[in-house]
This record gives sequence, structure tokens and C-alpha cells, in this order.
Amino acid sequence: MTKDIKIRVRNLNLFYGHFQALVDMNIDIVQNKVTALIGPSGCGKSTFLRTLNRLNDLIQDVKIEGKVLLDGKNIYDDAYDPIELRKRVGMVFQKPNPFPKTIYENVAYGPRIHGIKEKAKLDEIVEKSLRRAALWDEVRHKLDKPALGLSGGQQQRLCIARCLAVEPEVILMDEPTSALDPISTSKVEDLIGELKKDYTIIIVTHNMQQAGRVSDYTSFFLNGEIIETDLTSNIFSKPADKRTEDYITGRFG
Amino acid sequence: MSRIQFSKELEKLHAELLKMGAMTEEAILNSIQSLKEQDIQLAEEIIERDALIDNLELEIEDKCIKLIATQQPLAIDLREICSILRLITNLERMADHAVNIAEITIKLANEKYIKPLIDIPRMADLAANMVKKALDAFIQKDIQLAKDTWHLDEEIDEIHQQIHRELLTYMMEDPKKITQSTYFLFISSHLERIADYAENVCEKVVYIQTGAYQMK
Repeated sequence: MTKDIKIRVRNLNLFYGHFQALVDMNIDIVQNKVTALIGPSGCGKSTFLRTLNRLNDLIQDVKIEGKVLLDGKNIYDDAYDPIELRKRVGMVFQKPNPFPKTIYENVAYGPRIHGIKEKAKLDEIVEKSLRRAALWDEVRHKLDKPALGLSGGQQQRLCIARCLAVEPEVILMDEPTSALDPISTSKVEDLIGELKKDYTIIIVTHNMQQAGRVSDYTSFFLNGEIIETDLTSNIFSKPADKRTEDYITGRFG
Repeated sequence: MSRIQFSKELEKLHAELLKMGAMTEEAILNSIQSLKEQDIQLAEEIIERDALIDNLELEIEDKCIKLIATQQPLAIDLREICSILRLITNLERMADHAVNIAEITIKLANEKYIKPLIDIPRMADLAANMVKKALDAFIQKDIQLAKDTWHLDEEIDEIHQQIHRELLTYMMEDPKKITQSTYFLFISSHLERIADYAENVCEKVVYIQTGAYQMK
């Protein structure tokens, strides 16, 4: 089976003012696979993740060089529409951040913005998204209840459902389980395994065992550089670079 | 994860492994000494002490499992702990072969040997030396020593072949020598197996340090 590359990052540099946060990064993100980004705090994982749907555009004094090719097209071309980009590349954050609305409205919000008004169509999207986020059975009878009344783990799955509702192709996850208990964590991890059939997933995690459990590929970041990217099984059993080995065996960082 | 704690635990594991290695080496050397001198008491001691080696194997295995469960070792640490689990099995089997030799000593206790033992003790020294060097290579993380050591197996194989040929001659000359010759042949085989296990230890040393499965 040949690997389909969903995202190609080429010579990506990012500066916050004079500080260079990402240094000459190159990586291929394989379609329908889970890629984990690991590395010590401040090594650029989250910054990198945010370059993939241009969230850094919103920060002042950020300068970005290089290319991020999504299906071969550079998302940093002037002609590229960031709204369209963020529809295709969804994001789930560290802490669940549902809107202070009903469960239903949280999921319907995105599709509505993208112009879907018909109730039946929205109902269908809401159910489908909640099912895919493995939350439907738990909330089907209380869709009109406030989302903030859900448990943390349910809220996070709701955020995943909200992300899925606009039918993205890539899902970025920034430590999606760091605020969850072990049971909710394993639900989200199982979900990631299900979702990769239809989506390309990139996940930032500080939990080595989680990276080992959920990802197909792992990329080790250090001081704004990508040190190595390989099959997860290789990274965790016999990494090529000494720095990777030192990090994952807990000898620094 | 407290790596200081983990390093300490790993050091303890090394110490126990060395102890098991030293006991195994001693069992091999003693088995041949008891054979040479027809020392029944020493032979019985080897058989008794084997239980200690077996217990040590279980203790080390238990420690490895607890380290995996509590420290989730990765990369070189994971390779090392998984390899230790294999190393102790190899050591335990070496000790079993020493026991087998001791049992033969007891069987032949009242017989006069058909020939003076020269090659078998030489082979035993080589095999015990291989075990010692293989463990040194493990502790010192010395890939070169491991590779040098596994080549010692070739000499042991040669002696084994030579003993085989020699004993065949004895058996063909005089059928009364068949029983003892067969026992000596078994002993030569036991030593040859011990050397093979030592070779496995050497291969593990290379694997732990490089992540590559490299055979001789």
C-alpha cells in the first residue's frame, strides 16, 4: 500500500517577533493515520499544530516562512481562504471548551455558519456527529440541555462532535485528554482509533504511553526542530536519534 | 516518572543478575571439577544449589514485571528489561546443564574412567569464561566484548566435534566402553549448549545497545 500524504510541510520557519519558535521544519503527514507530536514543553508542538490551520495568523508579530501543502496546495498562499481551511482542518483543544449553549446548538453551530439552515438536515448532522464522537447514546434524550452540564469527558467528546459536524478532513488535537480522567481518556483514545478511518489526525501529547497507544507515526520535537519522525513502534522501541531516546526514557525534559 | 528511582531499581537488577551469573558460572566449573575428581559431595551440592538459581530467576523476573508495570520503560530501558527476562532464562538453563553433568558424576562415581579427562575440562573452562565475559559485556554495555565473546563459541564447537570423534573410536574399539563414552558425549553436549546460551546473552547485549538483531 502506498502512503498518501495529506499534508506536506516544507522548510517551515515561524518567528514570534525576534524569537524563532519553529526552525526549518519538514514533515509529511500521512492520510488516515494518527501522527503524534511529542517533545518537552516549549519545543514548538502546539505552535506547529496551530500553523496547520493558520491559527497563528491571529497572533501579532508572527512571521511565517515556508510551505504547508494541504493536498498539494499551500495554505499560506494569499489566495487561500482561511475560513475554508479551518473547515477542512478542525481542532480540539486541551480543555473542553463547549459554547454556553445547548448540546444540540454546540454541534449545529458550525454547519449553521457554513449556511445550513434546514432543521431536518441539521438534526441529521447533529445525530451523526454525536454518534461518531461516541456520545449519542449518553445525550440523545437531553439535546436541549446546557452543554456545560456534561462531565469533562463528555464535554470533550462534544467538542470532537462539534469539530466533526463541519466534516473536516484533518483533525488537530492539542493534548485532548490532559484534563480528563482515565476512563474518559480511554474513551477519547478509542474514538481516535475509530476516527482515523475517515480523518487524518495530528495529536500533541505529553503522555508517552498515549502516543504509543493511539498513534501510527510519532514525531519528536526539540527546541523548535523536528528531530525525527518514524513509525511509533520504532520511536518507542529503537529511536534513531540519541536525543529522542533520552527524552522518551525520561532522561531529560 | 522518577528516573532516579528507576535507575536505582535497574542497578539492583544488575546486581542480582550478576549474582545469578556468578552462581551459574560456579555451577559449571564445579560440575566439571566434581566429574574430574569423582567428588560426589560437590556434585550433590551443585544439584542442591540449583534451587537457589531457580529462585533468583523468579525474583528477577518479578522485579522486571514490576518495573514494567510501574515505570513504563521505553526504548533502551524497555529493550534492556525485556532482554534481562531472556538472559535469566538462558542462565537458568545453563545451570540446569551443570546439574545434568553433576548427575552423571554421581552415576559414574564407582567406575574407573576409560580415559583421563583433558578436553572436557578445557571445554568447561572455555564455556564458563564465555558466560563470565558475556555478563561483563552486559554490565559494561560493551558491544565489542560481546562480539569477541560470541566467537569463542567456535572453539567450543570444534572441541565438541573432536570429543565426539574420539569417543566414537573408543566405542568402536570396545563395546564395554559404550556406556561411559555415551555419558561423556552427553557432557560434551551440555557444555556445547551452555556456550550457545552464552552466545544468546552476547546477542542480547548488542540488541540492548543498538536496537538491532545481530547474529554471529
